[in-house]
Amino acid sequence: MAFCQHALEMTGLAGDPASQIHRLDPRAKVLGFLAITLVAVSAPLELWPVHAACMAILAGIVATARVAPRTVWRRARPVLGLVLLVALLVPFVRHGGAAYALGPLTVHEAGLIVLGTVTVKAMIGTLSAILLGATTAFPAVLGALEGLRVPRLLVLIAALMYRYLFVIVEEVGRMRAGLAARGYRPRTGLGAGALGRLAAALFLRTYGRGERVHRAMLARGYDGTMPAATPLAFGRLDAAFVGAVIALLVPLRVAATLL
Amino acid sequence: MSCAVHVKGLSYEYPDGRAALRGVDLHVRHGERVAILGPNGAGKTTLMLHLNGLLRGTGEVEVAGLTVSKRTLRELRARVGLVFQDPDDQLFMPTVGEDVAFGPRNLGLQVATIETRVREALVAVRMEHAAERPPHGLSMGERRRAAIATVLAMAPTLLVLDEPSASLDPRARRELLDVLERLEQTLLLTTHDLPLAAELCERAIVLDAGRVVADGPTDEILADPGLLVAHDLELPAGFDLNRIERRARPGSPQGVGRVLMDP
Repeated sequence: MAFCQHALEMTGLAGDPASQIHRLDPRAKVLGFLAITLVAVSAPLELWPVHAACMAILAGIVATARVAPRTVWRRARPVLGLVLLVALLVPFVRHGGAAYALGPLTVHEAGLIVLGTVTVKAMIGTLSAILLGATTAFPAVLGALEGLRVPRLLVLIAALMYRYLFVIVEEVGRMRAGLAARGYRPRTGLGAGALGRLAAALFLRTYGRGERVHRAMLARGYDGTMPAATPLAFGRLDAAFVGAVIALLVPLRVAATLL
Repeated sequence: MSCAVHVKGLSYEYPDGRAALRGVDLHVRHGERVAILGPNGAGKTTLMLHLNGLLRGTGEVEVAGLTVSKRTLRELRARVGLVFQDPDDQLFMPTVGEDVAFGPRNLGLQVATIETRVREALVAVRMEHAAERPPHGLSMGERRRAAIATVLAMAPTLLVLDEPSASLDPRARRELLDVLERLEQTLLLTTHDLPLAAELCERAIVLDAGRVVADGPTDEILADPGLLVAHDLELPAGFDLNRIERRARPGSPQGVGRVLMDP
């Protein structure tokens, strides 16, 4: 619960809402960050200037949008921590290339390259996602996805997940309070059975909720296809943003491969 | 447009075979405000869901001149605005404004019309400041009013509300009442909140175990203690029916003044 609520607080807008980046068309931001991520992910580690350029652009966006580095770090920690934990094991198990002794363990070059690659790409990907989230309200991201012709059903699923995450978190909170109020304090694993039943009850409630939501949608004339949202306006500044990102990264990515 | 409701001999069984409605007859004239009273499990919500074809029992249901059938569903859902008990079931879009626009968009209206409808519906429930806000950031009273706006935007001629005052504090309940009093639509609401029924509706129907057991002027129904006790209904202690004021419907011959129910 504490974790869930924490996670919810870590979403949402951050930085200066009046900044150039915040005011861009959400589609421009989705495209721009997607381009940065794709270029970074597609480049192997030896093309490090590509990754450096991606990082530089992201740093520029952080500065323009005035997102506090602390906010970025706090939001990145849960994602990167998990990825790096797994990646750190790779040099010990992946064989190939030169081997280095590290006390009783052996580290292999191939594994180190994987570690480096994963670290760099995960950082750029995570940072892109965090900056999109910090500079664009979630409903605007959904509007952007729809504007970019992502199937409406997928957009609807994302919208419903976002909407009901909060409802479910509240529901879990009430159920936990109900357990705690009756003196539930598991000291050993044996007491965890109640949590299993809580999970089952939550599943059933959520399922019932889904049926009621569907009914309420039908009552307002929903016929299985999501109606189109109001179109967005793609301005010159938006085109400039996407254009600049692509113009900077794509030639660099191509040149790095050729050289 | 007329929006009379005619229900004749309506019966419905839950999928597990339990009878929810056993031959319900209900006739509501255009412009009436009717409270459907009854204990939990009486079939109030089930009856409500029949009015725009979400459930289909046996018997006849005719709303606004349309017989409920597969062919008329689309039209029916534009004319009947159903407000569900839990606003979290009704508000599913990321922002209130988007949610209010959902119905009009399903009706295939023009963008400009949709915008007008959304604005007017939010003004009607005094939520014009909340268009950009996410539903989870609203209080229960605000969510309830936003849920009403979502159906008002479809310009229904009949408004059906399920337990509109459930889990509202006195202030939120008062604000809701103020909003409902000003609506011109034919109104059908299910409730246990007898003072709400007395203040808002000139007519009441008592439903118990799937049957209509009483139908008449609200003040007469509520003044019959034997009837209330027999069907697990109860006025708040010390409640004085004679002191209830009911505001005249907008546009009704009595004008906009308040009428005392029993002068």
